[in-house]
Amino acid sequence: MPKTQVSFNLNGKAVDVLVEPRELLIHVLREQLQQTGAHIGCETSHCGACTVDIDGESVKSCTYLAVQAQNSEVKTVEGLAENGELHAVQQAFMDEHGLQCGFCTPGMLMRSYRFLQENPNPTEEEIRWGMSGNLCRCTGYQNIIKAVQKAASTNSAQDAE
Amino acid sequence: MSVAEKEKRQDELQGVGCSRKRKEDPRFIQGKGQYVDDVKLPGMLCGVAVRSPYAHAKILSIDTEAALALPGVHAVITAEDLKPLGLHWMPTLAGDTQAVLADEKVCFQEQEVAMVIADDRYIAADGAALVRVEYEELEPVVDPHKAMDPDAPIIRDDLVGKDNAGQGNRTHDNHIFTWDVGEKEETDSVFDNAEVTVREEILNPRVHACPLETCGCVASFDKVKGTMTVYITSQAPHVVRTVVTMLSGIPESKVRIISPDIGGGFGNKVGIYPGYVVAMVSSIVLGVPVKWIENRIDNLSTTAFARDYHGIGELAATKEGKITGLRFYALADHGAFNAHAQPTKWPAGFFSICTGSYDIPTAYARVDGVFTNKAPGGVSYRCSFRVTEAVYLIERMIDVLAQQLDIDKAEIRRRNFIQADQFPYQSALGWEYDSGNYLPAMEKVLEACDYEGLRKEQAEKRANGELMGIGLCTFTEVVGAGPSKNCDILGVGMFDSCEIRIHPTGSVIARLGTITQGQGHQTTYAQILATELGLSSEDIQIEEGDTDTAPYGLGTYGSRSTPVAGAAAALAARSIRAKAQKIAAHMLEVSPDDLEWDVDRFQVKGNPEAVKTMKEVAWAAYNDVPEGMEMGLETVNYYDPPNFTYPFGAYLCVVDIDPKTGVTDIRRFYALDDCGTRINPMVIDGQIHGGLNEAFAVAMGQLISFDDQGNLEGNSLMDYFLPTFVETPHWETDYTVTPSPHHPMGAKGVAESPHVGGIPCFTNAIVDAFAHKGVTHVDMPHTAFNVWKTIHSLGLDA
Repeated sequence: MPKTQVSFNLNGKAVDVLVEPRELLIHVLREQLQQTGAHIGCETSHCGACTVDIDGESVKSCTYLAVQAQNSEVKTVEGLAENGELHAVQQAFMDEHGLQCGFCTPGMLMRSYRFLQENPNPTEEEIRWGMSGNLCRCTGYQNIIKAVQKAASTNSAQDAE
Repeated sequence: MSVAEKEKRQDELQGVGCSRKRKEDPRFIQGKGQYVDDVKLPGMLCGVAVRSPYAHAKILSIDTEAALALPGVHAVITAEDLKPLGLHWMPTLAGDTQAVLADEKVCFQEQEVAMVIADDRYIAADGAALVRVEYEELEPVVDPHKAMDPDAPIIRDDLVGKDNAGQGNRTHDNHIFTWDVGEKEETDSVFDNAEVTVREEILNPRVHACPLETCGCVASFDKVKGTMTVYITSQAPHVVRTVVTMLSGIPESKVRIISPDIGGGFGNKVGIYPGYVVAMVSSIVLGVPVKWIENRIDNLSTTAFARDYHGIGELAATKEGKITGLRFYALADHGAFNAHAQPTKWPAGFFSICTGSYDIPTAYARVDGVFTNKAPGGVSYRCSFRVTEAVYLIERMIDVLAQQLDIDKAEIRRRNFIQADQFPYQSALGWEYDSGNYLPAMEKVLEACDYEGLRKEQAEKRANGELMGIGLCTFTEVVGAGPSKNCDILGVGMFDSCEIRIHPTGSVIARLGTITQGQGHQTTYAQILATELGLSSEDIQIEEGDTDTAPYGLGTYGSRSTPVAGAAAALAARSIRAKAQKIAAHMLEVSPDDLEWDVDRFQVKGNPEAVKTMKEVAWAAYNDVPEGMEMGLETVNYYDPPNFTYPFGAYLCVVDIDPKTGVTDIRRFYALDDCGTRINPMVIDGQIHGGLNEAFAVAMGQLISFDDQGNLEGNSLMDYFLPTFVETPHWETDYTVTPSPHHPMGAKGVAESPHVGGIPCFTNAIVDAFAHKGVTHVDMPHTAFNVWKTIHSLGLDA
């Protein structure tokens, strides 16, 4: 099948890949670009293990064609920490025991990262709705909610500085 | 030496009892976990299965020509290709055999018929679509109740004329086994003479554990070295290695099984599935690594289901509600092959734990297993073997009895609990409960939730036509399989192991026969070792899952890691400490008996200045040991537990139901667990939250269902219920501590209790909401539609 060149920024760096038009972004990220943080859980956009951030929106990359990413800014869990410093959501998930097997975690983190920009000071109810596109089988969600709340307060403390 | 100083040293160890942060997390939060699908080997090909559209059909022909002509396709493997190798059928863990690829007929929908091996997953999928299979449909057996009808279609032609399929005598071609335990005649007589009896038909429906990561493997056979390396999603890598050797003839020393990071197991990753075997064979035949990863539909359709126990519960009692007899029956739908994952001698798992937390003098239980045209499996979904099914029956039946006698549901439990002074307790069905203290646990929950207040509120609501249910569950589990005298898998005793090496500078590597799938073993085993060795858990590295390095163990399922491998860890550490004591005595020029242990050091009795820390001893172990002693500080322990452990708990659930729509709202869920000694309270709470959520999933929505032709009615996450943040209730946790008397640390295992105890608690709450209308039971799942059907049948929505 003929291949198309696709160019986008991945975690701040320009990348060019040759892909078939039918190739899904998750496969290109994981198999061509060796970014295996995002995972494949369901192939139907339900579980969110494949969540990445594209041009300021949470995107489930298992139902997104790689060619759609042309000229966009793609951020994955590998790009969350900057200059060796964990992002507030990463630190909070660790502190609050917001993960167990770790399979949903990259998607959860990327959704938390975006959600807290959409709603910097969410209530528990707002977190439950705002994160509801990401499934976790291990944690029963409670500690993830605590982690998102903690990241929110870390962010607002930093903003106040 | 001050107490504060001693406590400080103790805290620095980060040992048993502290909420140590997890050591697994840094790699997971940075996208650096390594799961099977992350493995990419040079030259690796990818396999995709061709699957049956029918539940029961003859295969007339398989045409692979078009698929093989597709550029990038390297092979199409069918049963015909496996036959010369003798690998078209494989033994199951339950004494049966299972078709690796369908051999002449298919016995369930989505059964593997062929596998296309290609350059990548896209081409493999294209190739799979080009394989033409001609079928002749046969009548399927879908309803297990009809499986043994005289004219039922025969599912397993290969077993015709065989009166044994590996687990006892068969009486019909679709019969697998009959298993029973207890005193049948005596129990019948108790029922015949009882003041009160109750009976209820109770289903544990077919569900699926559905971890977020599906099953898969990367198999790599090295023709020059003759070695087979397999990265695999397995909860039991050492058992996989033994089975690979049994199947292939490659010596175990040349088979390396690696379970890397596992994206949740919950029982789904115990079994050995056809895809694994075909990937291994393909790698041998093609000489390159082959990856096979299920998609979600493959996973939900074929790699093992759970439950499907069609039960009948009966209790006999006095008018005061004291249970005098128990008679439980289950018809077990095992699908087309008997591939359930239980210890080999236990065809119905530990179903006989069904007398629960109650002192029941006489009991009889029987299970019949039958074949149907459904996927094989019968895994223990977040529970020990068939314990959920057993606990569900008794916890439902005690409520049924309470309603029959008009006794409060907490009060009937009080009247029947095994008392604290009865432990160790011999159950009527043969278990020796090691420890328990049930009444205080329940009373603590009742008080915390103001049970009496809730009952008053419920009475008021009922008077207003509102629906509110209060569910109780006071369960006992049996976990930690198990003593090798009665527990084995394919003849290998169910021990587990820990190997410890202490390096000269005092850092430690420990390897165990289990494999974490989110339980946090790398964190918690280190805590056990820290307390036992007197070395900081920060200096203790835990490794599992690689059969080349870890000692043999039976793996992680049935809450056996802490009870079995955790015990091995403690005993291995103690044997190291015994050697260390001799070295310390040599260094201090005293007799070993003159020393006492003090947190992280040996001290000469009565002389607090004369000490040698474990770190100092570690160094000495490599240069200055007593004469005649071997150098080094390492050991391995294979622990064969003397008994199971018996965690228990008391749960309470409050549900409000919308009488117009059947929508349920779990207002409160309070879970008290007693898992004995608590190693890491943070991890325990996390495990309980997760187990409760999986209980909620099963009780309120999960179902793998079929139409009358054996077609799956929903096998993706579009249909199969995994609760989101929105539906999931808030969890409250609590605990009591009743240590196990035989476990070296007093620990019992915890992660499955919330699933086992949670499911009946939810159902008990739903039924309780309708109890005043005479409802004694409704089957799961309690979806809004199903609840509305109950409401509607009672005319409560009028």
